[in-house]
Amino acid sequence: MSHPESSSHLSRREILRGSAVVGVALALGPAAPALAQKKTVKLAFIGPLTGGTASNGLGGRNSFLLAVQERNADPKSKYQYETEVLDDECKPTVAVQAALKASSDPRVVAGVTHYCSVTAIATVDTYHKAGMPAMVWGAVLPEITYSHDYIEITRVNGTMINQNNVAADFAVKALGFKTFALIHDTTDYGRAHAKWFTEFVEKAGGKILSAQGTAKDQKDYAAELTRAKGDKPEVIWYGGLTPDGVRVKVQMDKLGVRAQFQGTSGIKSDTYNETAGPSAEGTLAFVEGAPTEKLPGGKKFLDAYGKAAFKEPAEAYGPFAYVAANLVIDAIEAVGPDRAKVAQRLKRTKNANTIIGPVEFDDHGQNTVALISKYVSQDGKWVLWEDSEYASGKRTLPGLKYKKL
Amino acid sequence: MPPLELLLQQAFNGLMLGVMYALIAVGFTLFFGVLDVIHFSHGDIFMLGAFAGLSVLAGLHAVGIGDGAVALALAFLVSILITGLVGVAAERVCVKPLARSSPLMTLLATLSLGLVIRESVLIFYPRGADPKRFPQLLPQGGFELGGVAVRYENLAILAIGFCAMVAVDLIINRTRMGAAIRAVAQDPEAAQMMGVNLDRTVDATFFIGSGLAAVAGILSGLYYGEVHFIMGITGGVIGFSAAAIGGLGNVYGAIVGGLLFGMLQTTSAALIPRGSEFRDVVAFAVVMLFLIFRPSGILGEKSVERV
Repeated sequence: MSHPESSSHLSRREILRGSAVVGVALALGPAAPALAQKKTVKLAFIGPLTGGTASNGLGGRNSFLLAVQERNADPKSKYQYETEVLDDECKPTVAVQAALKASSDPRVVAGVTHYCSVTAIATVDTYHKAGMPAMVWGAVLPEITYSHDYIEITRVNGTMINQNNVAADFAVKALGFKTFALIHDTTDYGRAHAKWFTEFVEKAGGKILSAQGTAKDQKDYAAELTRAKGDKPEVIWYGGLTPDGVRVKVQMDKLGVRAQFQGTSGIKSDTYNETAGPSAEGTLAFVEGAPTEKLPGGKKFLDAYGKAAFKEPAEAYGPFAYVAANLVIDAIEAVGPDRAKVAQRLKRTKNANTIIGPVEFDDHGQNTVALISKYVSQDGKWVLWEDSEYASGKRTLPGLKYKKL
Repeated sequence: MPPLELLLQQAFNGLMLGVMYALIAVGFTLFFGVLDVIHFSHGDIFMLGAFAGLSVLAGLHAVGIGDGAVALALAFLVSILITGLVGVAAERVCVKPLARSSPLMTLLATLSLGLVIRESVLIFYPRGADPKRFPQLLPQGGFELGGVAVRYENLAILAIGFCAMVAVDLIINRTRMGAAIRAVAQDPEAAQMMGVNLDRTVDATFFIGSGLAAVAGILSGLYYGEVHFIMGITGGVIGFSAAAIGGLGNVYGAIVGGLLFGMLQTTSAALIPRGSEFRDVVAFAVVMLFLIFRPSGILGEKSVERV
C-alpha cells in the first residue's frame, strides 16, 4: 500500500519534471528543425594508419576526429561534418590512390592530408587537378609547398629547413659537438633531412664524417653503426622515423658506439621512449612549433583528447592535425562548402589563433611561424630542452660524457 | 677502426643475422621439400612467434613468475606451440584445399593469410601499430676479441639458434617422423604405400617449420630489443631468398643460405662505397644470379625439376 503523502510528493515531482521537459522542448523548439536541417559536409583525413609509422597516423586521425566531433557538438556551426578516413600506409602509390578516392568524391570539400613526406609530395598534383584543398599536417619536406604554386596545398607545420638549422646550430654551437656520422633512410624525407642538416652543420663549423643511406623499415643497423663507429663521431644523427630511430639507438648501445644520439622530428613520439626504454635517455629531437602543453589552448586540447578516450596517444603531430581540421572547418564555415572558395580562403590564412600558436601562410601556403622546439628524452618522456635537467646541468648528455673520456 | 677489424666485426654481425634468417629459411625449405609449396605467410608466422613470446613474457612478468631463464624457456615453448598450431591451421586452410589447383592459388592464399595475420596483430594487439619493446633477458655486457665486440647475449643467441638447427637435424634424421618427412619429400605416393600417414607428416612438417620461425622471432626480439607487426615482411622475403640460395628442399642448404645472406648484407655495407644503400641490392642480386645460373642453389638438387 502506498503512503498518500509519498504518492502526492511523487506526483508533484513528476509534474515538475514534466514541466521542465516541456519547457526545454519549447525553448529548443525553433532550434531543433535547424539542427536537423544542417547541411552535411564531408572532410577527408589521410595518413598512415597501418605500417611502420601507424602510431603517428593514428594519433593524427584521432586529433582530426576530435576537432570534427567538437565542431559537430557546437550549435553555432553551420554544417554537420562527416569524415572519410583513409590510410596511405606511408607509401606514395597507396597515398595517390587515397587522394584520388577522396578528391573524386564531390561531397569531400577538403582534406587534412599526410604525415609522411613521401606521400605528401606524391599527392600534390592529384589535389591540384581535382581542385581539392588539402592541408598537410605532418610532412616536413620543403618541396611539398615550395615546388609549385598550387592554391590547393597548404601546410600547417613547418619545414625541415628551419628544423635542421636549429638542430645543427644547437649541436655545434650550444653543445660543442664537432663531428657527426649521419644515417638516414633513403626516402625523400631522410635524404632531404641529411642534405639540410649537412649544410647547416658545415655552416656552423661542424664536420660530417660519413653519411649512410638505409632502407626504410630496415631491421638491422649493425653494419652501418659498425662503420660509423670506426670514424669515432661525437654524434650519430639519424634522419628517419620512429621505428627505425628506435632500432638505430638500441643497436648503437648494443654495439657500444660511444656518441650522442640525435634525431629529427620523425622520432619524436611517445612510442620512441616506450620502445627504446632506457636506451632513449638523452636522445635529442627537434619539432616545429611550441610544445602543446605550453600553449594557451594546448591543455584544453590534451584534456579533450584524454576525455575522448582514444586508444592511441596524439603523438607529436596530433596537434597539427587538430589545428588543420579546425582551420579547414573555419574556412568552410566562412565561405561555404565550395572547394575553390575554401582553397582561396585557406591560402590567405593570416594570424590565425590556434593551439600551436599563430598560423600564417606565405605565398606558397606554408606556415611561416618558424618556431622550433628542442627536446631531450628524460626518464622516458620528451622534455623541452629548456625545462630539462640536462639544460640545468643536473644531468650530462651521453655524448658530452663520452667527450670527456 | 682498422679494415681487418671492421671486416671481422661485419662478418660477426652477418653471422648474427644469418642465424635468424637460417631458422626462417629452414621452414620454407621444409614446406617446399614436403609439399612443393612456397608458404608466403611464413614471414608473418615468424612475427607472430615474436609477439606470442612477448605476450607470454609480459604475462609471466605480471604474475611475478620472473624474468629469467625459466620465463624465457616458457616463452619459447608456448610460442612454438602457438605458431606450430597456426602453421598447421595455415596448411589446412590455404594449402590442402588448393592441392589440385594451380600453384599460383596456394601462393596467393598464403600471401593473403600473411596479410590477415599481420593486420590482426595490428588491430587486436594492444596498440598493435607501435613497435614493442622486447624484454632483455639474456646476459648483457661483453668483451672484445681481436677488435671484434662480442656481447654475451650474442653468444647466447647463436647457441640457441644452433641448438634449434641441431634439434631439427635430429628430428629429421633420427626419428620415425623425420623418416616419414624425408620419405614424403622424396616420393609422397611411395611413402603412403609404405604406410606413411601423409596428413600427419604434413602437419608435423608445418608444426616444426612454424615452430622454428617462432624461435627466430623471439631471438630477433632479444637481439634487437623490439618487435614490430611488419617485421615478418622483410623476414619472410629474406628467409625465402636464403632458402633459394641454399637450395629449396634442402635443410642444410637453408642454413648455409641464411648465413650467406646475412654475411652478404653486412659485408657489402662495409666494403662497397655507399654500401649500406646497396646492401639489399647486392644480396638480392646474388639471389638472382643463383636463380639464373644455379637454380638448384648451393646444396639443392631436387629443386632443379621443381623451380
